[in-house]
Amino acid sequence: MTIIINKASDIKASEITPRSVYIHRRQFMRQAFASSLILATDAMLPVWAKRWPDLQQSTYKTDDTITSLKDITSYNNFYELGTGKKDPANNASIFNPKPWSIAVEGECNKSGIFNLEDFIKPFALQEYIYRLRCVEGWSMVIPWVGFSLANMLKKFEPNSNARYVEFTTLLDKSRLPGQARRVLNWPYVEGLRIDEAMNPLPIMAVGLYGDVLPNQNGAPIRLVVPWKYGFKSIKSIVKIRFTETQPKTTWNELAPDEYGFYSNVNPDVDHPRWSQRTERRIGEPFWKPKRQTEIFNGYAEQVAHLYTGMDLVKNF
Amino acid sequence: MSISPSDKTIAFIIKPFLFITCLVPLAWLVWGAMNDALGANPVETMTRETGEWVLRLLLITLTITPARKILHWPWLMKFRRMFGLFVFFYAVIHFMTYVWFDQFFDLNEIIKDIVKRPFITVGFAAFVMLIPLAVTSNKSMIRKLKQNWVKLHKLVYVIAVLGVLHFVWLVKADYLQPFIYGVILLVLLSYRAYQQRKNTTPA
Repeated sequence: MTIIINKASDIKASEITPRSVYIHRRQFMRQAFASSLILATDAMLPVWAKRWPDLQQSTYKTDDTITSLKDITSYNNFYELGTGKKDPANNASIFNPKPWSIAVEGECNKSGIFNLEDFIKPFALQEYIYRLRCVEGWSMVIPWVGFSLANMLKKFEPNSNARYVEFTTLLDKSRLPGQARRVLNWPYVEGLRIDEAMNPLPIMAVGLYGDVLPNQNGAPIRLVVPWKYGFKSIKSIVKIRFTETQPKTTWNELAPDEYGFYSNVNPDVDHPRWSQRTERRIGEPFWKPKRQTEIFNGYAEQVAHLYTGMDLVKNF
Repeated sequence: MSISPSDKTIAFIIKPFLFITCLVPLAWLVWGAMNDALGANPVETMTRETGEWVLRLLLITLTITPARKILHWPWLMKFRRMFGLFVFFYAVIHFMTYVWFDQFFDLNEIIKDIVKRPFITVGFAAFVMLIPLAVTSNKSMIRKLKQNWVKLHKLVYVIAVLGVLHFVWLVKADYLQPFIYGVILLVLLSYRAYQQRKNTTPA
C-alpha cells in the first residue's frame, strides 16, 4: 500500500490564497457575486435604460457642446483613486460606494446621520448642465443629475452661528486605495461661505448623463460649484458640518499661495505656476486655439454680487 | 563579463536597432494623435510623454560612462552621442508642443511664462543649454574645440539637474515620479564625484 503524503513544498505558491483574501473571504464571495451580477445586468440592459432617462432641466443651462461621457469618466482628478488622470477610471471598481451614510453636524438644529436614500428622498432631481473649469487649465461641460445645495442645507436648519459649510470625503483606504499614500492630508476637506452655499447655483450631484454617478466621478454624492475651480467640488461626501470659522480645506492647507479658500475662476489671477487666462476645452481638436477663461467661469451674473467690495486678487 | 561585439555588429546591428527603438515613443505619439488614442487631453499626453523621454534618454546617456567602466565594455561609448542627440530631438518636440499647441505661438505669453514661472524658467534654460551641445557633437567640432569640448559638455550635468527640477516644480502633490528620476540622477552624479576624488587623491 502506498500512502501519498503531500509535503508542504508540494503546494504550489499559486494555490495558496493570500492571507488578506482568506481573512475577508466572505466579503470576497459577496463582491464576486455582486460584480458578476452587475456585469450580467449591465450587458443585458439596453443603452437607453438609464436610471433617470428624462429629467426636468434646470433653469441654468449652457449652449456649449456637452463633453462626451467617455472623456468625463476617463479623465479625472480624484487622488483617492490614484494621482494619474486615468487612475480613477482604472481603479473605479475597487471603490464600493454602498452602503453610504452622511453625517450632518455643527451649527444647526437638525443634525444627524442619514443613509443616502433617505438623504436624497426629499428632493426632486433635475439635470444641471454646468461648465467645469479645472485649476490645471482645462474645462468640460457636464450634464449633472442633482438637487440644489441650498434647499438641502435649509432642511437641517443652520443657526445664526453657521457662517461656513464644511464637506468631508470618505476616509477608508480599503475602498479608496489612493489614501494609502499620504499625497494629500486625508480626508479631503472642502468648504464654502454660507452665502455661497445658499446661492441657487451649487448642487449636490448624484448622477451624470441621466445615470448614477460613476465611482471615478465621486460616487455616490458630490458637490458641484460651477464658478469655482474643480477641486472645490468635493467628491464622495460623508460629512457636512456647519461651522463658525473658515474650514481648513485640503489644497489650501497644502499650498496656501497656490490654492485660495475662495478659488473662484478668475482669468486675471494667475496660478503661480501657470496662467489662468485660457483653458483647453476637453474634446475639442487639440490644434484649435484654447478658449478665453471667463470671470466666475461665465456665471458672474449669478454670483458676482457675493463678492462686492472684496479684493478678488487678495481673496483668490 | 567581457562582451565585445565586432565593429560591424555595432555599426550594422546594435546601433540601427537602438536608433529605431529611440523612435518608438515618437511613432506611438504620432499614431495616437492621428487615431484619437492620446486620451481626453492629447496635448497634455504629448507634453508629458516627450518630457519624460527627454529625462529617460538623458539618464541613459549619463549611464554610458559608468556602465562602460564598470562592465569593461568600452564599445558602449559608441552610442553616447546618438542617445545625447535623441535627448535634444525629444526636447525640441517637447518645446515645440508647448510653443505650438499650448501657446499657439503667442510670443508675449511664452516670454511671460519663462520669466514668471520657475518650472518653465528652468526647463527653458535646460533646453537652451542643450543647443550648443547638439551643435558641437560632430567629430570636426570635437577636434576643433579640443579640451574646451570636454569643459563645454560638462553642461550636461547642469541640464540634467534643471530637467529634474523642471519636473519637480511642475507637480502638484504627488512627487513620486520626479523623485525616482532625482534618485537615479543622484546615483549617477555621485559615481562621478567618487571617481573624481579617487583620481585626484594620491595613491
